[in-house]
Amino acid sequence: MKVLVPVKRVIDYNVKVRVKADGSGVDLANVKMSMNPFDEIAVEEAIRLKEKGAAEEVVAVSIGVKQAQETLRTALAMGADRAILVVAADDVHQDIEPLAVAKILAAIVKEEQPGLVLCGKQAIDNDMNATGQMLAALLGWSQGTFASKVEIDGDHASVTREVDGGLQTIKVKMPAIVSVDLRLNEPRYASLPNIMKAKKKPLDEKTPADYGVDVSPRLSVVKTTEPEARKAGEMVGSVDELVAKLKERGVV
Amino acid sequence: MQFGLTDEQEMIVSTVRRFVETEIYPHEAEVERTGAVPAELAEDIKCKVIALGFYACNFPEEVGGAGLSHLDFTLVERELGRGSMALTHFFGRPQNILMACEGEQRERYLLPAVRGERMDALAMTEPDAGSDVRGMKATAVRDGGDWVLNGTKHFISGAEHADFFIVFVATGVDDTSHGPKKRITCFLVDRGTPGFEVRPGYRSVSHRGYANCILTFDECRLPDAQVLGEVDGGFDVMNTWLYATRLTVAAFAVGRARRCFDLAVDYAAQRRQFGQPIARFQGVAFQVADMVTEIDAADWLTLAAAWRLDEGLPANREISSAKLYATEMLARVTDTTLQIHGGMGLMDDLPVERFWRDARVERIWDGTSEIQRHIIARELFRPRGA
Repeated sequence: MKVLVPVKRVIDYNVKVRVKADGSGVDLANVKMSMNPFDEIAVEEAIRLKEKGAAEEVVAVSIGVKQAQETLRTALAMGADRAILVVAADDVHQDIEPLAVAKILAAIVKEEQPGLVLCGKQAIDNDMNATGQMLAALLGWSQGTFASKVEIDGDHASVTREVDGGLQTIKVKMPAIVSVDLRLNEPRYASLPNIMKAKKKPLDEKTPADYGVDVSPRLSVVKTTEPEARKAGEMVGSVDELVAKLKERGVV
Repeated sequence: MQFGLTDEQEMIVSTVRRFVETEIYPHEAEVERTGAVPAELAEDIKCKVIALGFYACNFPEEVGGAGLSHLDFTLVERELGRGSMALTHFFGRPQNILMACEGEQRERYLLPAVRGERMDALAMTEPDAGSDVRGMKATAVRDGGDWVLNGTKHFISGAEHADFFIVFVATGVDDTSHGPKKRITCFLVDRGTPGFEVRPGYRSVSHRGYANCILTFDECRLPDAQVLGEVDGGFDVMNTWLYATRLTVAAFAVGRARRCFDLAVDYAAQRRQFGQPIARFQGVAFQVADMVTEIDAADWLTLAAAWRLDEGLPANREISSAKLYATEMLARVTDTTLQIHGGMGLMDDLPVERFWRDARVERIWDGTSEIQRHIIARELFRPRGA
């Protein structure tokens, strides 16, 4: 089985995000970028499947600016076998919308014929949480979202999902799309030999036109603002006072 | 000319930094408090580094290392500089002088050191021979087919955990036009060799938990097979293999300064006095501006010197400039960071006070600032006959 893992280049989770002066989005100039953490978990899971013998090949895909090549090299250094880069934008501030990403991925799936697509449940930049679901719809494949456990059993996969009330385990028919959640695994560090090997692994460069997909935006950002600053707390003198205050505010 | 790192170098940097942040930072406070690294923790770090393929990454591939270039390895050292030296010691980088091992020495010392099975320590300094290496008093004298060592070494880093030692001692005196000059020979000495003892050293203000030890040799008998390099060729092995160790100190200083700087800039932005963040006061803001400028300068000096080594260009002066400037920069950066934190900077609740303490030794070991200036000046004036 081949596993396809889409990975997105996003602003690093440690960076303090700043909104651009014109409110059109987040400032990405000279900001550290990394692989979306959920995608890193997806890559890790794919590599583990390969190590367990459940998968033969792990292919990483990234759609975005040319610099997403670095993100793919990271996936290759973690252990992916090869990578496909779809250069769909020149400007780092241009985000490719989930539907366009899903359409390109659907075209790649038709070409590559993977048995499983493992993706992050969402990207931490715009938190759309849509690509995996859209891809499943476009392909007519079964999907398991927010996975905290994935087990492959022949032509089925058992996926444990993190839902509001707790954990839900579902059985999905393969081929399937599984979007992964935070607790699925802890991604490995890239080992030094794998870092050195990553450069020699194949990385194909494509464009959306190769897949006949129009990536022009359908959404427009009206305004981006920073969250309201947290208000200063209030010191209380005793537990009784605290309880009284909480009651007064209707919290307890 | 281009100043960017390759994708591989970026990944090396991010892997080592993540390793230090995840596997080293959480244990630092405890090591500072107790002044020791628990054996299980040391073993755990070592195993993880071996699994990652980073152990002995400074060694060539043909002996089992990673074959990193000087520049790549300097980046590794720079990122390790962020973490406690007592702990990053187990991110093993054996002395590359072990490449001088020949014949069965390779099986007994070089290869096990690269595999992480045996740890090494280097012993040169003596109570009466610091910068003046040739002034060493420890001797080895021929006795039958053996050598008999006598003398004392001190300030020996890594000795606590070492399984064997690379020891420099005097093996004779030549009369030269400049007066008598000692001949030096390098020996490999196993822990437990009769007549050889490793004793606890001094309590240092810098790098708690990274102990220094005293080594004593009392009629310690060694066969010829323990000579590393040639008899009387100690300075040759030293100059060939220990030439670049100054760069690791420079790289350490840059990495440590970056970590310290992040604390300074965050604190200056958050700490409010007189109704505004202290960063709004130029007295503070300008110091922060100076800090980052100096850190960048030291970073480039260090990387440029490493690059020269890779290119096979003369680098002696540049390595000394990097070591001198980076370690003196670290002293200023840690001191200013402490000043910005005010009284709180002195308390061991924050890591600032130990960064400040740790910084002090960097201007002393691997050649004091004065020795570095001497090397730089000598390189400049010797060709001019002055």
